[in-house]
Amino acid sequence: MNNGHQDLLTVHGVTKRFAVGDDDVEALAPVDVVIPKGEFVCMIGASGCGKSTLLRIIAGFEEPTTGHVLIDGKPATGPGSDRGMVFQDYALFPWMTVRQNISFGPRQRHLAREEIDKTTDEFVKMVGLERFADRYPNQLSGGMKQRVAIARVLANNANILLMDEPFGALDALTREQLQNELLQIWKRTGVTTIFVTHSVEEAVLLADRVLVMSAGPGRIDSDFRIDLPRPRDVSSPEFNALRRDIARRLTSHLVLAKT
Amino acid sequence: MSDHATTLPDSTDASVPAAATSRRRRQRLETLRAIVLGAGFPLLLILIWDRAVAITGTRLIPTPYQVAVMMYDFTFGGIYDDAFSGTILTHVWKSMQRVYGGFFLAAVIGIPLGMMLGRIKVLRQLLDPTISVLRPIPVTAWLPLSMIFFGLGPNAAIFLVFLGAFYPILLNTMFGVRSIDPKLFEAASMLGCSGTGLFRQIVLPASLPSIFNGLRIAHGFAWILIVVGEMTGVPTGLGSVVMDGRTLSRTDLVITGMIVIGACGFVTDRLIVAISNRLLSWSPQHRE
Repeated sequence: MNNGHQDLLTVHGVTKRFAVGDDDVEALAPVDVVIPKGEFVCMIGASGCGKSTLLRIIAGFEEPTTGHVLIDGKPATGPGSDRGMVFQDYALFPWMTVRQNISFGPRQRHLAREEIDKTTDEFVKMVGLERFADRYPNQLSGGMKQRVAIARVLANNANILLMDEPFGALDALTREQLQNELLQIWKRTGVTTIFVTHSVEEAVLLADRVLVMSAGPGRIDSDFRIDLPRPRDVSSPEFNALRRDIARRLTSHLVLAKT
Repeated sequence: MSDHATTLPDSTDASVPAAATSRRRRQRLETLRAIVLGAGFPLLLILIWDRAVAITGTRLIPTPYQVAVMMYDFTFGGIYDDAFSGTILTHVWKSMQRVYGGFFLAAVIGIPLGMMLGRIKVLRQLLDPTISVLRPIPVTAWLPLSMIFFGLGPNAAIFLVFLGAFYPILLNTMFGVRSIDPKLFEAASMLGCSGTGLFRQIVLPASLPSIFNGLRIAHGFAWILIVVGEMTGVPTGLGSVVMDGRTLSRTDLVITGMIVIGACGFVTDRLIVAISNRLLSWSPQHRE
């Protein structure tokens, strides 16, 4: 923590054990990660490697068995509005309109009405849903729902955006569009982003840094820095070289896990 | 329903006049069909009833015509001019007070308690076994005790209606709360919502579809139980009319009372459905 103002998020010695029936399963071996402010980090790994568990511990939805999570040097206990989670299945409030979903966080803080309206308008506009602002979630497409979910946490002043395979349920075209929009939002707001995915291409396309996780017990296997300029060309040799390297790290565990 | 859910506003707003007219005509035809089918079946039943009475020659069951005459007298008077002539509003009003008294009491206690039972494990462990034992006891079995508790009068009837309406409301609310997606609670907590705000802003609206199911079932029970409730010796009310009809062997009066109870139940059920459609417009699968 010698450069404390730069390192926004510190995961220190975090482990997680679950009781499954009579067995005690070690989901996470001690994990240490330091993420500076404004970084876009992708966590990638086979299912069961504990990437979602780690994300949920950072979000405060689950307690680590040992270790701790520090935000700006202060221990984080429980969920907080400084960290906003975007779930794969959206988890929007179905009885609220788009506007009401987005204004939910500001409303909890009892801000002045004008201020709530202003913030809400701003984020409705940011995700391009002005025409759908008074619709209910079940009247929206998957891509629109995920835009609402992103706007909802950003409107709540989250400075860490946690995304758990957010585009996994979307079709390829919508996914591509949302990836671009997310990058634009990230650039504009400078929000620190931790993005869990199982697509190597998605990770290399989006991230400043890719953390490859391996299972049994879950740990961070390798840490790739992606220095390619944005927008990234998925067909460039550099892109593909990185993709190959990361995929190799990933599959090496898959083979190991089988033996 | 589904095309409203998926199409963009442009495509629904841009109404080609001819298409709109034909759609309106189709909707009118559909409404007409629903009315003809819905009203046709009872008419058929009345016809069968009429023929059956005529063929068997029974004197125990009145014909539909005799019941209609009784209904007229019960509503407007001027035919038999007895104790029941022109008294329908008094009886309906008294029964409504008891039905809705018991029903609202059940809702006011059942919904908050169900929400707490759904959320608070200790409370569930404390109360669930007791509730499970009390619930299968038929409400009619409570009749003697309720007469001792509340005496001969409307309060005993309200109590019985309350008992019958309470469990469906309680259990449906509890079920609704228990089946809320846990991610909604996580989302709410990360957005800064906790404590009592959670009950008002998340638990209540999320379980509302299930609560309304409970209210509808309970409302049905409430009207069923009014007859039992008014057996406790109250002088007015639709249940007492049916009971009096039985004592006096006036089957036309019994059937008239039955029809009025059915009609009252039908009207208020429509009212509950209308309210629930309004409150649950966000959830198309709960609309009728």
